[in-house]
Amino acid sequence: MHESAFLLGQVFNGFSVASLFILAALGLALSFGLMRVINMAHGEMLMLGGYLAYMTLQIVPGPLGILVAMPVAFVGAGIVGGFLEFAVIHRLSARPLDTLLATWGVSLVLQQAARNMFGAIGVEVTAPTWLNHTVSIHSGFLSGLDLPDTRIFILIVAAIVLGLIAALLNKTRLGLYVRAVNQDRPTAAAMGVNARLIDLAVFALGTGVAGLAGVILALLGPVTPTVGQSYIVPAFLVVILGGLGSLVGTTIASLIIGLFTALIEIFVDVSVAQVLLLVFVILFIQIRPQGVITVRTRALEG
Amino acid sequence: MTFQKKYIFAAAAILFGALAPFIINPYELSLLGRFLALSILAMGIMLTWGEAGILSLGQGVFFGLGGYALAMHLKLEGLNLANGDMPDFMVWSGVSALPGFWYPFANPYFSLACVVIVPGAFAAAFSWLVFRRRVGGVYFALITQALALAFSTLLISQQAYTGGFNGLTDYSTMFGIDITTEYAARYIYWITFLFVVAVYFFLRWLLASRYGVMLRATRDGENRVRFLGHDPVPYKVVAFGIAGALAGIGGALFTLHAGVVSPALVGVVPSIEMVVWVAVGGRNILWGAIAGTLLVNFAKDQISSAFPSLWLYGLGALFILAVSFLPAGIAGLFRPGSGEERVMRRILSRRKLSTAE
Repeated sequence: MHESAFLLGQVFNGFSVASLFILAALGLALSFGLMRVINMAHGEMLMLGGYLAYMTLQIVPGPLGILVAMPVAFVGAGIVGGFLEFAVIHRLSARPLDTLLATWGVSLVLQQAARNMFGAIGVEVTAPTWLNHTVSIHSGFLSGLDLPDTRIFILIVAAIVLGLIAALLNKTRLGLYVRAVNQDRPTAAAMGVNARLIDLAVFALGTGVAGLAGVILALLGPVTPTVGQSYIVPAFLVVILGGLGSLVGTTIASLIIGLFTALIEIFVDVSVAQVLLLVFVILFIQIRPQGVITVRTRALEG
Repeated sequence: MTFQKKYIFAAAAILFGALAPFIINPYELSLLGRFLALSILAMGIMLTWGEAGILSLGQGVFFGLGGYALAMHLKLEGLNLANGDMPDFMVWSGVSALPGFWYPFANPYFSLACVVIVPGAFAAAFSWLVFRRRVGGVYFALITQALALAFSTLLISQQAYTGGFNGLTDYSTMFGIDITTEYAARYIYWITFLFVVAVYFFLRWLLASRYGVMLRATRDGENRVRFLGHDPVPYKVVAFGIAGALAGIGGALFTLHAGVVSPALVGVVPSIEMVVWVAVGGRNILWGAIAGTLLVNFAKDQISSAFPSLWLYGLGALFILAVSFLPAGIAGLFRPGSGEERVMRRILSRRKLSTAE
């Protein structure tokens, strides 16, 4: 294989991993910006999306089943997320560290429930035939470069979701409210914004996006009760690098982490790459502890 | 609880602990010994989480460093290194010569020093790197979780040097003494018990000192501490370093009791489980950390052997219920004036939220 094709292939891989991180971390970052809490059960929303895709494909087989599964997973995970916000997170939001622990408890319960319902081994979701191709380049200096359709599909979905969320935040009234609460909760509340409802809506939206990401995960590998866990730790690191509740920051941070992982894995194996990623994050916060995008604020405690 | 009652309870607990080898059967003694070793780690979590407000989801790493430091020595004990002998798992992995970093561990005193120094120094250095840039709270918890994940995957993948997924097991002697006998198990138990008592009184003293006052001040208002002209970072780093060293000691003692140390004991899930022991027992009360560790682990032992899937539901529920409804833990229920205390806490935590905004 051509050297440059191999490198470009890894860069492409990095982008497709990054787009999964974007979808997984978006909800975390938005809710973190609003409420300063992290939902440790967010990975289980990915898992839930995967299982919802599996069940949808049982009912709607055929080439377009996956397109039906995506809205189903979005709504399903959104509802579960909304309930979680209402029942657990909102009650504890004054104590962020305790929220972390309580939502970890939720994640354990959801994992075990999945294990009891679907078995520990996991279920397979077969990608539809229109996603089974690989774009191969046979000539020129990029000969030997293979781009699987599923990976391209992920990139497209992530781009569309990102575009829609950006439009929602910047062009709609709901988005205006979200930004207002993000910047100054008491003032926004005093102006008549129902901050409580905004928290709930953003949280449900974020978990819905995670559910959508779960459908895509299901195309890449088997859906197991712990499938979310392998993506959620990098997603947490994305939140740390991204800065508070910033869409642009989250996107850039996802790209940094995705590309870093993909490129470093050329030289070292996966486990060492994980250590180096952590070292990278710790070095990064030495330079920019506030993350890539700093939101100007007069608040002392971020 | 009145003043005198408190001392009677404490004396009874110490008496029972010291005489346990004569009261309970060897199996129960082995469990009690393991859980007491874990409670040394739990007291470290109480120090960082309860008193310093630093939540670490990676205490398993320091536990593992201590456990592996001792286990490496136990694997080398009795081998003739000059002769080219190697631990069994290295032979199976096809390693040609003992890796250099294993050599010093042939010395028992070096190993024992490493049990305390390596996790303590690593914890201090790691936390300094994060705290010096004023990154803390939720961020710190997430970074330590990533650390636990990286550490356990690294241990698993470097099979030839670390024993991989199975970890290090199957040791027989230390200082030339057979450690597998029932008689030796008693002595290991007493050593563990002595450590628990010593660490308890050390932390009691530490938390009552001026250092303890500054630590709590840092927890409750880090910026105010700065305004008053103090740098909060050293206080937090020292607390985290002590907690790391305690986790290392706990890990080494646990390894002696269990006869094994493996990545399954140090990863993300076990690390966060360690926090729940303290959450259940009481994060601000030292004896609560010990009681919580014993209680949760004995419950786990009973429930998980009978109904494996039920235990994970129970553990999940324990997390949710303990932090939602019992933030001071079981020990908080016995605290004098706990009712008022709780009301005050609630008011304070509300106020903290409004200032943070």
